[in-house]
Amino acid sequence: MTALVARITAEPPRRRAAFSGAGLAGLVLAALAALPVAAEAAGLPFLVVTATRMMIFGLAALSLDLVLGYGAMVSFGHAAFIGLGAYAVGILDAHGIRDLAVQAPVAAGMCALFALVTGAISLRTRGVYFIMITLAFGQMAYFFMVSLAAYGGDDGLPLSGRSTLFGMRLIEGDPALFYLVLAVLAVALLVLRRVVASRFGRVLRGSRDNAVRMQAIGFSPLPYRLTAYVIAGAVAGLAGVLLANQAEFVSPAYMSWQRSGELIVMVVLGGMGTLVGPVVGAAALIALEEVLAHYSDHWRLGLGVMLVAVVLLSRGGLAGLAAKIGRRA
Amino acid sequence: MLNLFLIQALNGVQLGILLFLVAAGLTLIFGVMDLINLAHGALYMIGAYLAATFTAATGSFGLGLLLALPATLAFGLALEFLVVRHLYGRDHLDQVLATFGLILILNEGVRIVWGAAPMSVPVPDALSGSVHLVGTLHYPLYRVAIIAAGLATALGLHLLVNHTRLGMRLRAGASNGPMVAALGIDIRRLFLVVFGLGAMLAGFAGAMVAPILSVDPGMGDSVLILTFVVIVIGGVGSVRGAFVAGLLVGLADQLGRTFGPILLRSVMDASAASQTGRTLAPMLIYILMAAVLFFRPSGLFPARGSR
Repeated sequence: MTALVARITAEPPRRRAAFSGAGLAGLVLAALAALPVAAEAAGLPFLVVTATRMMIFGLAALSLDLVLGYGAMVSFGHAAFIGLGAYAVGILDAHGIRDLAVQAPVAAGMCALFALVTGAISLRTRGVYFIMITLAFGQMAYFFMVSLAAYGGDDGLPLSGRSTLFGMRLIEGDPALFYLVLAVLAVALLVLRRVVASRFGRVLRGSRDNAVRMQAIGFSPLPYRLTAYVIAGAVAGLAGVLLANQAEFVSPAYMSWQRSGELIVMVVLGGMGTLVGPVVGAAALIALEEVLAHYSDHWRLGLGVMLVAVVLLSRGGLAGLAAKIGRRA
Repeated sequence: MLNLFLIQALNGVQLGILLFLVAAGLTLIFGVMDLINLAHGALYMIGAYLAATFTAATGSFGLGLLLALPATLAFGLALEFLVVRHLYGRDHLDQVLATFGLILILNEGVRIVWGAAPMSVPVPDALSGSVHLVGTLHYPLYRVAIIAAGLATALGLHLLVNHTRLGMRLRAGASNGPMVAALGIDIRRLFLVVFGLGAMLAGFAGAMVAPILSVDPGMGDSVLILTFVVIVIGGVGSVRGAFVAGLLVGLADQLGRTFGPILLRSVMDASAASQTGRTLAPMLIYILMAAVLFFRPSGLFPARGSR
């Protein structure tokens, strides 16, 4: 009996994570801060653009991991939030509202609301059904934007320019946008670190590991899962705001189901249930795409083969693979 | 108006039958093997490409179709042997990832082998006319043939699942897999048969639509999502559910596109109605799915008691 109580009240076993040191994250952030200067000096300005893209998708993957890694909810419609965030910028821009101080809260609020409504319905289901219903809601959002002819429909919607910040044109240049994205990502990492370490985060992880036990000790998992889903939606919406600003263009393609699949790949590649892992996974996947695309038009074939190989050979993503190789060596 | 309704209803039935053919295999794979196979739509695409190639080579659609079926079956069996059998019993997430990778491989492979441009398959001469329904109403004969072939396949599947020893094992596997294995049935071989059968059904659907749709590398992706909707509405693992849900989705989609704007016109002005109708039509089936799952989280005909 005491053994049982001890097992119920103990912290869930920590997952093996290769990228979890806060100090390491700080070092990486510092190195990143120097990147635009170094890229300029080396004559490789496209590195700044690529790195910005990596961080934007890192932010989106990070938000997905709150649902997927910490909540064990395989959401297959996460790209919808990126798209909705991006469209919030595009639609406000079309009506002359260009300030980030308005766009970002509107985008996050819209995504949170969408997540609240769809999450409340999706969380009635389990397992395969949850995967499929989130996929369906993602497709709903996708088709809504495709048929919204007033805002470009299938063709997408060009922005009049990048957003202003408190009326100032602060993120016109690529290095400026890079620093903005870096700052947002750093803040998101810090905030989510507090969230997952809090009582809320512990209940969420407890429900992931054993929902029946959590219920037995008096926690209903549903409100915690729904809250995590809403937070994740809002953060992914912010990633959409940044993505729209980088491309200066908004398109329904941002929310296609393949995009949601890629986000899952990023999280799993980097290591689920860690915070830095998904960011590393996003960077790795985008780097892989860039490198493969450089060699062949058929780079997706190489990506697919690697994906199948990673799943068949390892459990736990790149982190798990690294640990496995480490044990053998 | 009545003619339009009849034609759209027939189009809906035809779409529903095709969705059923793809969904039947996928729902069995879900239900019996507990495997999420995102690459099922790619098998539909492979079936279409093989049919197009064999039709071009032999000059006869019938012969092309006849050759495409065993070829898709062989392809499915090879896929099971190389990749899919390593995914049994793994986490759903692993299955999603690996089969997502398979989609990338197969879509790109098709682009390499057949090129990115869409292929077209002529409607066979014997089925190129139209049939007279009522009054002035005519309907293309080929679409009637699709409906007939689909219904015949549905009947065959019904007999197979409910009246044969294999079907008994399939149903048992869907309701309690570990027990079936414990009773000494070779579960590996059962899985191989289910996967091959599912691949062939998907390939059959792809081959049948080849003459009325364009055969292109993305065709599997769009049908995959519709198929998921069908399976989830019908209840995972239920062939009967897939049939009912396929028809429901096909009819809702086709009738919604035509009659949504007409119905909306009675509550708002014409231009707003047509705009709203165009916006809502593609979302309709997803709304239908969300509504069904809201009231019945395990679908209309859940095959597994526990889920």
